[in-house]
Amino acid sequence: MSSEQKNKSRSTNLTARGEPMVWLTGGGLVVATLMIAGLLLFVLVNGTATFWPKPLKQVATADGKQFLGEISRIETYRVPATELEGLEKTSPDAAAKIRAADGASERELLRTGNFDLYGDDFKWVALHNVTKTETPPNAWMLERQEWGPFLGFIKEVRVDGKAVASTPDEMRAKFNELHGRARARWREVRRLEKKDVGAINHELEQQRLNLRKIELKHGKESAPYQDAVESRARREAELKVKYEELEKNIKAIRDEDARYTLLLAEVGGREKEQKISEIVRAYPANALSFGRQFGVYCSRWWEFLTDEPREANTEGGVLPAIFGTVMMTLVMSLVVAPFGVIAALYLREYAKQGLLLSAVRIAVNNLAGVPSIVFGVFGLGFFCYVVGGTIDSIFYPERLPSPTYGTGGLLWASLTLALLTVPVVIVSTEEALAAVPSSMREGSYACGASKWQTIRRIVLPRAMPGVMTGLILAMARGAGEVAPLMITGVVKLAPELPVDGHAPFIHFARSFMHLGFHIYDVGFQSRNAEAGKPMVFTTTLLLIALIALLNLSAIYIRNRLKKKYVGAQF
Amino acid sequence: MDERHTMETVLEETRTQPMKPHALPPRATPPTQVRPADADAKPKTPSLADERIVLEVQKFNLWYGSSQALHDINLKFPMGKVTALIGPSGCGKSTLIRCINRLNDLVDIIRIEGDMLLNGKSIYGRDVDVIELRKRTGMVFQKTNPFPMSIYENVIYPLRIDGENRRKILDEVVERSLQRAALWDEVKDRLQDSALQLSGGQQQRLCIARAVAADPEVLLMDEPCSALDPIATGKVEELIYQLRGYYSVMIVTHNMQQAARVSDYTAFMYLGKVIEYDATEKIFTNPSKKQTEDYVTGRFG
Repeated sequence: MSSEQKNKSRSTNLTARGEPMVWLTGGGLVVATLMIAGLLLFVLVNGTATFWPKPLKQVATADGKQFLGEISRIETYRVPATELEGLEKTSPDAAAKIRAADGASERELLRTGNFDLYGDDFKWVALHNVTKTETPPNAWMLERQEWGPFLGFIKEVRVDGKAVASTPDEMRAKFNELHGRARARWREVRRLEKKDVGAINHELEQQRLNLRKIELKHGKESAPYQDAVESRARREAELKVKYEELEKNIKAIRDEDARYTLLLAEVGGREKEQKISEIVRAYPANALSFGRQFGVYCSRWWEFLTDEPREANTEGGVLPAIFGTVMMTLVMSLVVAPFGVIAALYLREYAKQGLLLSAVRIAVNNLAGVPSIVFGVFGLGFFCYVVGGTIDSIFYPERLPSPTYGTGGLLWASLTLALLTVPVVIVSTEEALAAVPSSMREGSYACGASKWQTIRRIVLPRAMPGVMTGLILAMARGAGEVAPLMITGVVKLAPELPVDGHAPFIHFARSFMHLGFHIYDVGFQSRNAEAGKPMVFTTTLLLIALIALLNLSAIYIRNRLKKKYVGAQF
Repeated sequence: MDERHTMETVLEETRTQPMKPHALPPRATPPTQVRPADADAKPKTPSLADERIVLEVQKFNLWYGSSQALHDINLKFPMGKVTALIGPSGCGKSTLIRCINRLNDLVDIIRIEGDMLLNGKSIYGRDVDVIELRKRTGMVFQKTNPFPMSIYENVIYPLRIDGENRRKILDEVVERSLQRAALWDEVKDRLQDSALQLSGGQQQRLCIARAVAADPEVLLMDEPCSALDPIATGKVEELIYQLRGYYSVMIVTHNMQQAARVSDYTAFMYLGKVIEYDATEKIFTNPSKKQTEDYVTGRFG
């Protein structure tokens, strides 16, 4: 009987069977997974919803005002005492209700747009003041090149100042017809300004620099300088003719553009004439079928991914930021991979293991824990000012005092991040090197290979997947970093991409845009933070997707290497 | 020149599957003593005194840190023959064989005394080029270690590191080496496949092909069959048997039957000393030392 009891107690002893540990470890995993999944889901939901066209609400309030806008959000707020007193007189019912709710009421934030007419983009409307809400079917949402969106009604479609359509349907058809052509003209103007005028400006600048170079070399009195002055003057005259011709073309197109306008009216009745060419996108928000809504959604995504930002980054696209992020990450990887691998090779293969080496290892590992802004400060002080300044004074004296390399730029930002991530690569490469079986090294030595031949032909290929793992981690860390970039080359709006058609085609000295900084700038630094908020999520979503994409491609390469070099032993 | 002919004849008889004659290379230093063609019945017990010596170990001592692993080893390895080193685990067989191509140089704590002479020249002399030495002594390891590359590249690895890039020569070496390792027929259609896809036995024969690709004088084998199944073991053993005459083979083995099957001479080692060294037949049938007899009959070890 006693043995029976013993058995019983043994079978129910959870601790002995380790059951609680299964739950503890499993629970830990669940918590971690849920946090990550929750984060991703939150960003995904908010990020994907941004571009979906919302209906336009027309709201009339007790004081006789009219508002038209998208509902941004609704929140509970405490009604100020003065407002409540005023309300007692006009509508005692509402006041009593608020008093019953302890002075709390609800208000909605309307995105009313029309910044040029109202002076702001958003309006708070207290719900207890609302007397009437409707969704007018002919209300339009017009996204403009400047001044943000216009929310209101199209009164006339004008050609040369005369109305050409009367009924809403006719106006809509006419607008759609004119809009496509107007946008094509607008793009043509932009192309002329950016590419052709840009090329002329570029050459003028080159001429100036050339002259300055000769001046620095030979002095102002010398014959070559006089020649250069003459030839520059000649060339400038030629360019001026070219420029004037371009100007004329551009003006012609602009004049043509000015013929086509819309007469818009906001909900209060004020009117505004708007050039059709400066309307990016327009839709009657309350009269859209699901298909048309989806069309608007896709067109906004397309613009977001392929166009330049406008309106202080709160609208338009983020192509320069995508480009800058990818480019910086790639340059960083190209620098960090060889450096990390070489350092790890020396540490693991050549250096004599001992106290000094342990100290170096600890130092390298600690480097990974240094706050990133410290790296940023170092990058600014060392790369930009010391190295860049020296490069400028040696290679680009003609451009001084405006710095070329002596300021933040793509190269310095990439190098700073490479420095930041090199410990990751070193550590994982060292581990990968240590994991190469000694039987393989011996096999190679026994064939008469030298140490370097063994490393290059046997050890390194075999360790390559591990190196790639380190590089993946480094890329993930580097691409998401913002703080050190802010002071080593990222700007909120870069006038030019780091790659263009002017020699030497890749301009490492240029400052660039970065998605991580873009998020910070749009959400917290822009004039219109409220309008930027949805863009924060969308840009975050894009940044996550971009890093995932970079990592996936690195993982794909790693798996291929693994298959090739590690294989299935037995 | 007729030595070559003799060799071929011998091989014809000892092989189950005939090797193509064109695969036979000219030897740099052909062994003088080859078993006569007419002696395939049971040859007389060979004697070391009749052999030409390829490698001589002289008063060789080795320490791992402070513990001595080899004590005063004196051995003479005959040219063109298979010599087996047997003995219980930890008796120093592998250590000794790894000293022949100076693979132990890689271990920091090892200290040695004495010398070895390969074809009369010191291995441990000051002016010896270790890389050159290793090219003259191919080695096959206990754990199969094909490199993570194609079968083709594995075989020509010793040539590649010498900078040999002529396709014709490389092709010839690959075919010859793989044929000698009895692997050619199995892999000739997939030379560019990864060597890691081969089976264990094939991998080991590939390692043998690699070891013989540079045409070494001495072939060192450190328990080449211990990780293989009986069928693969049989193939490798047969291969070793065929390789005699081409190379002077030194094989470390735990398996006494294997030593008896493949070797001409056997050295029995115990606790870092050579207890007895004689013709294999004598070691296994009529050993002169009691310890040897106990070991080969399975009474200890």
